[in-house]
Amino acid sequence: MPLLILLSVPLFAAIVLAFIGDRKYAPEINILGSAATFAAGIALALEVYVKGPMLAGGNFFFVDAFNVYLAVLTSFVSMTTAIFSRRYMRKERQDGHVGPIRMRFYHAMFQLFIFAMLLCLLTNNVGVLWIAMELATLSTVLLVSLYRTPSAIEAAWKYFILCGVGIALALFGTVLLYFAAEKVLGAGGEALLWTNLSQVSGKLEPTVLSLAFVFLMVGYGTKVGLVPVHNWLPDAHSEGPTPISAVLSGLLLNVALYALVRCKVLVDGSTGTHHAGDIMMGFGLLSIIVAAFSLLRQKDIKRMFAYSSIEHMGIATFAFGLGGPIATFGALLHMLVHSLTKSAIFFTVGHASQMHWTQEMDRIKGLIRGNPLVGWGMMFGVMAIVGMPPFGVFTSEFLILTATMKDAPLLTPFLLLGFAVAFAALFRRVQPMVTGPAPSYQRPIKAAHIPVMLHMALVLVIGIYMPDFLNRWFHTAVELLK
Amino acid sequence: MHTNLAAQINSFLAAMILLTAFGMLVQRRMYGLIHLFAWQGLFLSISTAIVGFVAGAHHLYISSILTLSLKVILLPYILHVLIQRLKIHKEVETIVNVPMTMLIGIALVIFSYHLTAPVRELSTLMTRSTLAVALATVLLGLLMMITRKHAVTQIIGFLAMENGLFFAATSATYGMPLVVELGVALDILIAAFIFGIFFFQIHTTFDSLDIEQMARLKEED
Repeated sequence: MPLLILLSVPLFAAIVLAFIGDRKYAPEINILGSAATFAAGIALALEVYVKGPMLAGGNFFFVDAFNVYLAVLTSFVSMTTAIFSRRYMRKERQDGHVGPIRMRFYHAMFQLFIFAMLLCLLTNNVGVLWIAMELATLSTVLLVSLYRTPSAIEAAWKYFILCGVGIALALFGTVLLYFAAEKVLGAGGEALLWTNLSQVSGKLEPTVLSLAFVFLMVGYGTKVGLVPVHNWLPDAHSEGPTPISAVLSGLLLNVALYALVRCKVLVDGSTGTHHAGDIMMGFGLLSIIVAAFSLLRQKDIKRMFAYSSIEHMGIATFAFGLGGPIATFGALLHMLVHSLTKSAIFFTVGHASQMHWTQEMDRIKGLIRGNPLVGWGMMFGVMAIVGMPPFGVFTSEFLILTATMKDAPLLTPFLLLGFAVAFAALFRRVQPMVTGPAPSYQRPIKAAHIPVMLHMALVLVIGIYMPDFLNRWFHTAVELLK
Repeated sequence: MHTNLAAQINSFLAAMILLTAFGMLVQRRMYGLIHLFAWQGLFLSISTAIVGFVAGAHHLYISSILTLSLKVILLPYILHVLIQRLKIHKEVETIVNVPMTMLIGIALVIFSYHLTAPVRELSTLMTRSTLAVALATVLLGLLMMITRKHAVTQIIGFLAMENGLFFAATSATYGMPLVVELGVALDILIAAFIFGIFFFQIHTTFDSLDIEQMARLKEED
C-alpha cells in the first residue's frame, strides 16, 4: 500500500501542478507533494525493514533493502529540493529569467521526474526500468533548457541526443538479456523480472550475457556520467536551474548506477567470473582520474561541481565493481552521502550565484560576509565532499580505499591521486569564494537554509555515528549484491 | 516450406532495411531523408507482421501496427510539418567525405555480424540471421548522428536507431513483452514532442538548425 502511494503521489502532483500553473501557492503544493512522497517512502521502508523483501502488484514491483534505501533517499532529497526551489525560483522569477508558463512546466516536470526515478527503482521488470529511465531523461531535457539561453539550449540538446543514444544501446543490451532469459524462463513478461532472473542466473547463457553487459554498461554508464561517455553531464548540470542540477547530480546518477549494479550482479552470477566487475572498475577509475583533473580547469561553479559528481560516481562504480562486503558497503554509503552532500552544495551554489548575478567563480567572493549560512554551508559542503573527517564521505571513501588496498593494491595510488587532485582543485577554488570582503555588486537574498542544514547534519551524523538501523540495512543490501 | 519462404522474405526485408539505413547516411535532402526513414519503417512493419504470422506470436501484430502508425505515418508527418513551418525543406546539407562514411558503415556491418555470432549459434528462431542487420542498423544510425550536423538529421538518425532496436527485438526473441514494447513506443512519442519543441527553440535562438553553431559549451583552457 505505501508503495502505491509512493508512486501515485508524484504522478498525481504532476497533474495537479500542471493545472495550478503559476498560482502563488504552486511551490507549496510542490513541497506538499514531495513531503507526502517522502512519508510514503518512510512507510515503505519500515514495512520492508520489518517484513523483509517483498513483491507487489502481481510481481510488477519488487522492494528489497537495496532499492528501498534509494527510494527513501530520492524522496527525501526531492522534498528538500522542493523546499529550496520555492525561494530560489521565486527569485529567478523576479529577475525575469522565467515566465509563468515555464513555471507551470517546471513544477509539473519536477514531479514527473521524481515519479520516473521512483518507478526505475521499484519496478521488477528490466524493460520497464529502461522505459522509466528514458522517461526520467525526457522529463528533464526541457528543464535544462528552461532559461532558453543559447548555452542552455545547447546543453539540453546534447543531453537529449547523448543520453538518447546511450539509452538506445542499453535497450539493445536488454533485448539480449531477454534473449538469454527466454531460453530458461520462457517467453513473456515473466522472463524480464529481476526476481526470476536472479533465481536462474546460473543457467543463463554466459556469452550472451557478457555481450549484453557491454551494451548495458555503455548505455546506463552514459546516464551515470562515466568517462568517456560523460560529455553531456557538465553542460546539463551547469545550464539548468539549480534545483534541477541538485536532483540530477544527487539522484538521477544514483538511479542509473542502481540499474548498472543490478545488471552487474546478474551477469557475474551467470558467467561465474568477475568480468562485469572489472569493466565497472575500469570505467570508474578512469572517471575518477579524468574528472579530478578536469576540476582544475573549471571557471563556472556549477560546472565544477558537475565534474565532482562524475568523480564521485566513478568512486561508487569502482567500488561496486571491486565487489566484496567492505567495498560494496562503502559504495552504498557513498551513494547516500554523496547525494546528500552534493545536493546541499548545489543549494548553496544556487544562492551564491543569485547573490553575484553570475556562475563565474572569479566574480563570487566574500560569501560568509554576505550571507553566513550560505558561505559556511558551502564551506562545510566542500569539506565534506572532498572527504575530510568527520563527515560521512570520509567514512565511505576510507572503506573503499581499505578494500582497494586489500583486493587490488596496485590501483590504490590511482585512487589516492584522484582524491588528492580533487581535494586541491576544490579547495583552491572555494576558499576565495567564501572568505574575504563582500564585493560591491553582491546583493542580499532570502536563502533557504533548512535544506542545506538538514543535509549537512545528516552527513555529519552518519560520519560520526552510523545509526544501527542504517548499518543493518546496508549489511542486508551487501548480502543481496554478493 | 512455408517457414522457409517466410525466412527468405524476412531476409529480403532485412536487406532493404539495411539499404535504407545506408541511403540515409548519405542523403542530403530533407524530404529524401524523411521518405527513406518512412520506407525503413514500412519494411520493419511488414517484417514484424510476417514474423508474427509465421511464428504465431500474435503480440507482434500490435508491434507491427505501432511501427506502422508511429514510424511510417505519424513521425514522418510531424517532421514534414516541422520542416515546412521552419522553412528548411529546401536545405541541402553538405556531407563531407561520403566514401569514407560508407566504408566505415560497411565495417560496422561486418563488425555486427562478428559480434552477434554467439547469439546466432544459440538461437533456433527463423529470424536469427537478421539480428546482425538489426545491430548494424543501430550502429549506422549512431554513425549518422556523429557525421551529420543538422538537428533534423540527428533526430532521424536517432529514430533509425530505434527502428534497429525494434528489429533486433523481433529477430532475437520474436519481440519484447508487450508492456515493454508499448512503453518504448510511448517514450518515442514523448521524444517526438520534445524534439519538435527543440527545433523551434534552436531555430529561434540560433537562426538555423545547424548544430555546428552550438559551440559555446567547451572546455576552456
